[in-house]
Amino acid sequence: MGVTHVIDRRLNGRNKSAINRQRFLRRYREHIKKAVGDAVNKRSITDIDRGESISIPSKDINEPNFRHGKGGRRSQSHPGNKEFVSGDRIARPPGGSGRGGSGQGNASNQGEGMDDFVFQISQDEFLDFMFEDLALPNLVQKQLKDTSNFKFVRAGYTTSGTPAKINVVRSMRGAYGRRLALSGRGRKKINQLEAEIDALSKSPEIDDPALSKADRIRALEEELNGLRRRMKKIPFIDEIDIRYNQHVKEPKPSTAAVMFCLMDVSGSMSQLHKDIAKRFFILLYLFLRRNYEKIDVVFIRHHTSAKEVDEEEFFYSRETGGTIVSSALKLMRNIIEDRYPTDDWNIYAAQASDGDNWNDDSPRCSKLLAEGILPMVQYYSYIEITPHEHQMLWHEYEKLAEAFSDRFALQQIVDESDIYPVFRKLFQKQVENV
Amino acid sequence: MSETTATQSPSSPAAKEKSYISTESEWTFELINEYDRAIAECAAEYRLDTYPNQIEVISAEQMMDAYSSVGMPVGYNHWSFGKQFLQTEKLYKRGQMGLAYEIVINSDPCIAYLMEENTMMMQALVIAHACYGHNSFFKGNYLFRTWTDASAIIDYLLFAKNYLAKCEQRHGIKAVEQILDSCHAIMNHGVDRYKRPSPISAMEEEKRQRQREDYMQQQVNDLWRTIPLKNADKAIENTLRFPEEPQENLLYFLEKNAPLLEPWQREIIRIVRKIAQYFYPQRQTQVMNEGWATFWHYTLMHTLYDKGKVTDGFMLEFLQSHTSVVYQPPFDSPWYSGINPYALGYAMFQDIKRICENPTQEDKHWFPDFAGADWLDTLHFAMRNFKDESFILQFLSPKVIRDFKFFTILDDELDDEYEVTAIHDETGYRAVREQLARQYNLSIHDPNIQVWNVDIRGDRSLTLRHTPVDRVPLFEKDVNEVLKHVHRLWGFDIHLESVEGDTTINTYHCPVSQSENALDPRL
Repeated sequence: MGVTHVIDRRLNGRNKSAINRQRFLRRYREHIKKAVGDAVNKRSITDIDRGESISIPSKDINEPNFRHGKGGRRSQSHPGNKEFVSGDRIARPPGGSGRGGSGQGNASNQGEGMDDFVFQISQDEFLDFMFEDLALPNLVQKQLKDTSNFKFVRAGYTTSGTPAKINVVRSMRGAYGRRLALSGRGRKKINQLEAEIDALSKSPEIDDPALSKADRIRALEEELNGLRRRMKKIPFIDEIDIRYNQHVKEPKPSTAAVMFCLMDVSGSMSQLHKDIAKRFFILLYLFLRRNYEKIDVVFIRHHTSAKEVDEEEFFYSRETGGTIVSSALKLMRNIIEDRYPTDDWNIYAAQASDGDNWNDDSPRCSKLLAEGILPMVQYYSYIEITPHEHQMLWHEYEKLAEAFSDRFALQQIVDESDIYPVFRKLFQKQVENV
Repeated sequence: MSETTATQSPSSPAAKEKSYISTESEWTFELINEYDRAIAECAAEYRLDTYPNQIEVISAEQMMDAYSSVGMPVGYNHWSFGKQFLQTEKLYKRGQMGLAYEIVINSDPCIAYLMEENTMMMQALVIAHACYGHNSFFKGNYLFRTWTDASAIIDYLLFAKNYLAKCEQRHGIKAVEQILDSCHAIMNHGVDRYKRPSPISAMEEEKRQRQREDYMQQQVNDLWRTIPLKNADKAIENTLRFPEEPQENLLYFLEKNAPLLEPWQREIIRIVRKIAQYFYPQRQTQVMNEGWATFWHYTLMHTLYDKGKVTDGFMLEFLQSHTSVVYQPPFDSPWYSGINPYALGYAMFQDIKRICENPTQEDKHWFPDFAGADWLDTLHFAMRNFKDESFILQFLSPKVIRDFKFFTILDDELDDEYEVTAIHDETGYRAVREQLARQYNLSIHDPNIQVWNVDIRGDRSLTLRHTPVDRVPLFEKDVNEVLKHVHRLWGFDIHLESVEGDTTINTYHCPVSQSENALDPRL
């Protein structure tokens, strides 16, 4: 009889199957991506940010093996007989041999009405699949190339620099060391001479006609004074002692982003238009949230004049009137200048409209964007929610898209199911053209 | 609390001396140790010989992990285990399925998992069931003794896991996954049913693995040698067939003979084959193994009770669990999903004990060998020397058939109606018993498919032969899929023919036609 060991394994990792789960997701990623895409379109706006149950047809997930099908002649014993006696004949139940089969699980393996394999993916996985292949435009460039945003960090000491950066302690320490080193032998000699003079002056007069005691002392003192003069010439501080604080420039990645939502709320925009726009904005917001630590959202709505509003008002209050898009752009530029210096903020903007604009205003918008706004933003996307012909604004923007292909994009959305594909298209991972 | 009130009861049978191990339903590690000691004492009295036990307390999530790796404590990585996990998780979270109270692994030491959610009573029950029931079965039953090596399995699984991880690094996850998919598809046809395999030992495996790679490649190359043989040889060679005898172990055959496989791919086939072989005895002894463990948890718990170590409340809770474990729903119940191996096995072992202790006239007539013999000896004998099929054939008594109200139904495709061929009566006992035994015969349960021929001198195509029993066909939808997998391993055309007597009933081919038939892209 062996000894029993009791081991508490509860603290061991519980996700032993995580890797197998990953393998499973990897294998069925096409199914999952499709399901996620569908879900994004179907979901209500407020709960885009959670997991999803994915269903995969059983036939795709089946692990085949050699087994028996139905048919042939087979016997089977069952428990629980109530009224049968040998020789009884029972009508075959509809649906084939049913439980008569000896293969396991026959019932579920036959017929077309198989249950799908359904499982849950987490919110994170959901968003990962949703944003797969998407990258923030210019994000990398902003971090690596933009020279305007640096910070200085200390990096030791150096022997050259501006007087303002002299490090006094270090310099003095160097000077002291140098003085000690240069004067070492001299000081030793001085001590020696002093001791000699001292000894000589105390000793009794000896009779030496050539060198009297006083003479000898004088000679020694002369030597001593010479040495002292030399010692004085060692400079207290020299150029080679001076040390400067060293600072190097390091690029400072901006971890904050501001997202401008611009929407036309003129009479021609129905609630349906706004819902579509809202989903688009939400996608953008979620997307940014996964890439930046801090995100500000600025809502600007406009008809003939523009106004910064809160989210509720942005999406749900009704306005009427004409449309002047440039009013919103002007407001946006002002807000950027006031509150969001480009050194610190990555600026994204999404504009939604049904394409209506006062015709004279469209060229003005184009100019405002090209000169005032586009140089400052990471990305500006314009979606036009309309099944109709494009108008002036679209054509103006098309020209812009050519000139600023790296940061300006426009797309048309006809109905809700277009949102996700369009979003993906707008933010398609940009090929790094190095 | 029922436990504490029960202890006050003066009319309890073992009232003379009571030393309850515990009276609360919360378990602690000290209590688990104490119960284990008490149960081990009782088990020794019944001569249960076990491997040392290693009891591991785990959480529900960990139990799901253990589930999805089909009970392998260290499993290699494969998506199908992830699928299993997702399925288990879903069922469990929706409350459609309770988790097993325990999982026990045929290893030395014998590893048993206990869930932390269990009450003290459940932990004791599981210890009796797994650590002394299953454990002694693993150590005693002839199938396990000859076909598995409990001391080596953990090391071997570790070797397999590491080896596959290494292959993934070297050849890519996808390449490994493909081979595994293909192997899994014919895993049930990757066991030696009659021939005893050499025991597996991890150390040896690792040592020999390299040598084997070279050697196997050499063997294979020899078979496919293209240098022309001498004329004299050629004549003989042409009449010889390959393989000389049909082979039942498809995985073994492919591992040794597939012409195009790399050594590492052969090694993967070998790993899957070894694991299939390791689990094969468990598939063959479900009724016996569960019956044995259930019989012993019942007996050991009662022994504890008789010794005054557990309370009345403990016993009531125990009996409630026990009865639900051994419940057999009748065939027309919505809960019916075949015969409950716990129920049948438990009933049979209890019945053997009864026949030994209180044989009736009928028992003496049916079981002259052991009616009235020592029950413990008989039980041990039965446990050691049988598998489900032979166990039922040998020990299923008319009384158990009557208790379960077994009846046999014949379902013939050519007939519009089912026929009840035998029921639990004097004329039907033997027929029912034979039928039940057949149901547990794996070589009838799995289709009989063997390697029939290889066209060595021609297009190198591999022909498999399916021999149907009672005209039962193969499950069509899967056949072609499985053949694709065989095709991947073999590398040349695959033919499968169903042959009954001398007539070919059906044939399947892969690739399906001459045209470049694209494999399922995922395959």
